[in-house]
Amino acid sequence: MKNILVIGANSAIARAVSRLYAEEHCRLFLLSRDAEQLALQKQDLQIRGATEVDCSVFDANNFSVHEAVIDQVLDRFGSIDLAFICHGSLSNQAQCEEHFDSALQEFHTNALSVISLLTCLARHMSIQRSGCIAVITSVAGDRGRQSNYVYGSAKAMVSTYLQGLRGRLFKSQVDVIDIRPGFVDTPMTHAIKKGGPLWSSPEKVAQCIVDGIRKRKHTIYAPGYWRLIMLVVCSIPEVLFKRLKL
Amino acid sequence: MQIHSWGRYPTTDATLHSPRSPSALRRLLLDTQPTDSGATTAFDGIARGLGRSYGDSALAGTIVQTRELDQLLAFDADTGLLTCAAGVSLDTILHCFTPRGWFLPVVPGTRFVSVGGAIASDVHGKNHHLDGTFGQHVHSLRLLQPDGEVLNCSSTENSALFHATCGGMGLTGIIVDATINLRRIPGSAIHQRTLRTPHLQEVMERFEASAASTYSVAWLDCLARGSALGRSLLFLGEHATDGQFKAPQRGGLGVPFNSPAFLLNRYSMSLFNTLYYNRPVNSQTEQRIEAGQYFFPLDSIAHWNRLYGRKGFLQYQFVVPDAAALAAISLVLQRSSAAGKGSFLSVLKKFGSGNDNLLSFPLQGYTLAMDFKFENNLLPLLDELDSIVLDHGGRLYLAKDARMSEATFKRSYPRWEELAQLRAASGADRMFNSLQSRRLGL
Repeated sequence: MKNILVIGANSAIARAVSRLYAEEHCRLFLLSRDAEQLALQKQDLQIRGATEVDCSVFDANNFSVHEAVIDQVLDRFGSIDLAFICHGSLSNQAQCEEHFDSALQEFHTNALSVISLLTCLARHMSIQRSGCIAVITSVAGDRGRQSNYVYGSAKAMVSTYLQGLRGRLFKSQVDVIDIRPGFVDTPMTHAIKKGGPLWSSPEKVAQCIVDGIRKRKHTIYAPGYWRLIMLVVCSIPEVLFKRLKL
Repeated sequence: MQIHSWGRYPTTDATLHSPRSPSALRRLLLDTQPTDSGATTAFDGIARGLGRSYGDSALAGTIVQTRELDQLLAFDADTGLLTCAAGVSLDTILHCFTPRGWFLPVVPGTRFVSVGGAIASDVHGKNHHLDGTFGQHVHSLRLLQPDGEVLNCSSTENSALFHATCGGMGLTGIIVDATINLRRIPGSAIHQRTLRTPHLQEVMERFEASAASTYSVAWLDCLARGSALGRSLLFLGEHATDGQFKAPQRGGLGVPFNSPAFLLNRYSMSLFNTLYYNRPVNSQTEQRIEAGQYFFPLDSIAHWNRLYGRKGFLQYQFVVPDAAALAAISLVLQRSSAAGKGSFLSVLKKFGSGNDNLLSFPLQGYTLAMDFKFENNLLPLLDELDSIVLDHGGRLYLAKDARMSEATFKRSYPRWEELAQLRAASGADRMFNSLQSRRLGL
């Protein structure tokens, strides 16, 4: 039985991952902004086999409560075996290009709030000397593309931060995992036209994530073929890349 | 966006909504939508589960997908009563509860349907002759009404609405959640017996003789002619009693893209059917197979509907009463094989008696389901088959239908007027309409 903290528990990927852990009879602590969803999820996960489900309403953009929330989880669980951070928002690129306030908001949500949470979690985990921190970033962070670089650079910030943190926590036997999903059919991507072989369901991505965490991978591409796709994308010479409408 | 159901025919342009909670669903219904002219319009559309109905019953200009309403809400491990949101799939239920010794009382040929869809289509399974339809195992359901009120419905509470909603094709409101009776099983595997029957009359005699079998279904060679007309393999099944429980396996093969439709022609299908019918079968011995293999053989091939090519296919499923069954099915098979139309999988099943639900499909008799690749000359043939079916007192399954005429529907579903009156009284006729309901004049 593992103690699992899920931050951004109402995201489609988090929901699917939580269900897989519920089937393994884990204890889950869910954090999300939406109280109605939390109540529904709590019931659902308990019926699916979770040993215990706790939840708390939480807004990741309210940095001042981060420390207290992690303390609350530790009071309840004693220790955290897996901290799974998956909140985020898909930026409106055009709006962010025009208005810095919008871009700043995206950096708050997708990068700074995550780094704030990682700061608290790293402190506790290094004392605990065990456990795993897994964070959802994105393949969009692998290379800046003109269509989506605000979101991409926020995710890239987190990815780079995680690389450093991985080294720092290595001697404390804490694993740090960077999860980079490709296109996932979720409410976050509602506005985008879907279909085609590159789109995956949240359930499929969740299975990749749980498998990757079990194997203690450093970077999980979900599904795995995105590693190859991004290898190709990253190897296009800049002189060509800047001319592509990607 | 362009959307179609499982048969990939027809395709329509629709606005999709996927509310994530009952309150969001309610808002969607009550909030008026602004139009281009500045006026506002009320909701007018249809609920859609996992899109596994074949035709146009889950298609409309506005579609409410229930796939995000997918939570299990309560389970009583003593009685097996499960309450779940409408978008929960039967796959999820089997995945969670088969390992604990519970099974669904009725499962259709695919487990990738939602509970809401299973109720709205009042689906049947291989045990219909004993256990009836899915709706008959619904303890209660909660229905979102046109006025935004959520009503509890069961066979004792708001029973008229309950019997209109089970089998009601989503035309009475939107099912929010439902409580269903799961069934204890002695083991999840199935002991299967396979009987080869050389013609239609014999398979029907075998069906009658095996009425006590829990599950029975026959695959039928729809292209066989003459004395071999209706030759079949009859599959009888019983739950294993070994106390081992395994959920149907997920994953398997997939069809990644539309295959060229010309690959499916009378020669390839005839060859397949002949090989399948003549495969080695030992009717004396039982075979132990996994539940998924018995109940959902096609679920192991994801997107098998793409095999019928870009234009899609129509599934033609009808039922005719016992007394007329031999004559009617013989005529249908003769007519379709004379036209060179046929399918890989034609399925014959004996039904038990019908139920009180207004638009429920099954009635005491035999049902035959056939897949036909969409071709321009198909529709006139199906009209011909309609008249054979109706002349013998039968009807077509609404969950598979994409083309029957209003007259055909109204003649074969005599209780349609009760549903129409109920819809008019609640205002559902102004808010819940599908392409199918408009075509059928409901």
